[in-house]
Amino acid sequence: MLSIKHLKVSINGKTILKDFNLEVKKGEVHAIMGPNGTGKSTLASVIAGRDLFDVDEGSITYMGHDLLEMDPEIRAREGIFLGFQYPVEIPGVSMANFMRTAINEKRKYLGLEPLSGAEFLKLMENRKKLVDIHSKLTNRSVNEGFSGGEKKKNEIFQMAMLEPKLAILDETDSGLDIDAMKVVAHGVNKLRSPENSTILITHYQRLLDYIVPDYVHVLYDGRIVKSGGKELAFELEDKGYEWIRKEAGVQEAI
Amino acid sequence: MQNITENISTEQRMIDLFKGNIDLIRGNEPESISLLRQKAIETVKTKGFPDITTENWRFTDLDPLLRTVYDFDFTNQSRPFDIEKIFSCDVYDLDTFSVTLLNGWFVYQNAPLTTLKNGTIIGSLSKAMEVYPELVSKYLGKIAPLEQPGLTALNTAFFQDGLFIYVPEDVKVDKPIQLINIVNSERPVMFQPRHLIIQEKDSQLTLVHCDHSLTHNISFTNSVSEAFLAKNAELDFYKIQNKGHNSAVINSSFFSQKQHSKLTSSALTLNGGFTKNIVYSLLEEPECNATHNGLYLVDSNQHVDNQLEVDHAAPNCTSEQLYKGILDDEATAVFSGKIMVRRDAQKTLAYQNNKNILLTDDAKANTQPQLEIYADDVKCSHGATVGQLDQEAMFYLRSRGLNERAARQLLMYAFAAEVVRRISIEPLKERIDHLVEKRLKGELSICDQCMLHCNTKEPTVFNIDVSKL
Repeated sequence: MLSIKHLKVSINGKTILKDFNLEVKKGEVHAIMGPNGTGKSTLASVIAGRDLFDVDEGSITYMGHDLLEMDPEIRAREGIFLGFQYPVEIPGVSMANFMRTAINEKRKYLGLEPLSGAEFLKLMENRKKLVDIHSKLTNRSVNEGFSGGEKKKNEIFQMAMLEPKLAILDETDSGLDIDAMKVVAHGVNKLRSPENSTILITHYQRLLDYIVPDYVHVLYDGRIVKSGGKELAFELEDKGYEWIRKEAGVQEAI
Repeated sequence: MQNITENISTEQRMIDLFKGNIDLIRGNEPESISLLRQKAIETVKTKGFPDITTENWRFTDLDPLLRTVYDFDFTNQSRPFDIEKIFSCDVYDLDTFSVTLLNGWFVYQNAPLTTLKNGTIIGSLSKAMEVYPELVSKYLGKIAPLEQPGLTALNTAFFQDGLFIYVPEDVKVDKPIQLINIVNSERPVMFQPRHLIIQEKDSQLTLVHCDHSLTHNISFTNSVSEAFLAKNAELDFYKIQNKGHNSAVINSSFFSQKQHSKLTSSALTLNGGFTKNIVYSLLEEPECNATHNGLYLVDSNQHVDNQLEVDHAAPNCTSEQLYKGILDDEATAVFSGKIMVRRDAQKTLAYQNNKNILLTDDAKANTQPQLEIYADDVKCSHGATVGQLDQEAMFYLRSRGLNERAARQLLMYAFAAEVVRRISIEPLKERIDHLVEKRLKGELSICDQCMLHCNTKEPTVFNIDVSKL
């Protein structure tokens, strides 16, 4: 589904990802872990198409297409979803209006009829339950006045609405209490299928207690320094990142 | 109809016109009003008109407007007619009591003055001066300044008709009153409508004032409104402007508030060749609240100027100004907002904010926030921004599948929505919301509501071009 090869990414001349490689197949859940500042969020942004970053080398192939050639909205319509670490507040745009526009843009792209108002509302009610959202989203502005937990739940809600093939969840667990994290994990698990894949970007192992990954990768200093099964996450939890650093022979970056 | 020659100064032309038509202008008005006119024409004579060296007119040049020679209609040319045959208002879902001014003159649909069951009087100011001379004399000209150079003096000298509303004590007018101000003339014309709103204690009123032009010809409207809010009165005042390229509007509104009264005024400029809205809001007694909202969406070479002064003269009052604008092409906007806090106005809370989005390098916004504070225990703030759309938000929307154009439209709409959602009447809010959306999509034309066959075949469509962002 997703194949990243020798990816080198920089911002304002500063290299963030160096020779990054990753293969994600249909139905797989990959966790990418690592200390702060190693390029995890950059990776997520580059896959989603944020133009702040320069891709200097390498390639990203998604479903057989050159992903780097696509505009962010085309990526979205082709099934890529980024759950933002810091969801943006957009006062004045209602969640319902936003989601309806997004869904219908995607449907148009796929050659499908737009959803009627009733169909849309039904879908929205259904998906709200999945992530335990009770407020009326029809008259709430996108993320405006949402608590940290609500914002993250809202990301999963949007994911549930858009039914992506590949979801990248960037630190979706950060700042969540244990109950909110369970809700988020429940949502993600419900949406898991043999047809779609997930990349979980996280700093802590605790999310992986609830969403069990097939693979765990450790990102350090712009590249994956260690990959393994879910047990790698437990090892990291026990030994910390220092262990990886030594094993990978990476110099402490100051 | 008067034709005038151009080789004399504007001031002199106006004075000559005034002298030559004094009897027509006066009509059956009380003596006190005629005295006001004399004073006003004196001001025109001695102080003339503001120019770009006048502080509040630095970025709005009146000169080309004043040099144009206009016709004046000193008699009511309008015949009773069914307004719905030529014009349907876009805010039609709204159940309103509606009145119409055509070329500055009140259109008598039923009677010149209507008294509602609750005692509210609505109708022609010209007729009101005849029927209620004392009431009109008591208020008219009491807050609109006569001594300052400018168009208020000119209006005071020349006005003949306009809207008159009187709301008695304790009366809550449940239906909004809608004033539709239509300009339709084959010749370059100048109009000087005058509106007077008097609200007694504990009364409530909603007034929706819509300015439309049904013509592409040159016109200059110089309107003045005065509103008086007695103790505990509430006024919700909306001004919606959707006019053609060749229309010029100077619109001055003066509000005076007594104790614990509440004013909300919203100026929404969707189109207008040349528009200047002047607001003076006096908080005369304690515990008043005044909110002034504004939204302007302009393109091509349109010019919009909002000049506000909120004058805190008494303690424990609150005021807020929020003005937002989107400018395309070579459009220009001016905002000059002043908060005056007088010595006795302790515990004042006053806020002001002006935000502009420029879509091109040629669009220009001049914003001048001014604070003048003479009391020491007050909380005041002001802010102004001129910029572009938030790139983080753009990416967020695009990452959900919205293309660039749709994302921009949504963000511009959201930018405008901050003002629109302050509208308290639900059907009006929905309609305005819809108008703003149409406007931003380039689907709103000034001919939208018009069924007249004017001299242009194609409707003028204004388009804020989002691809330029």
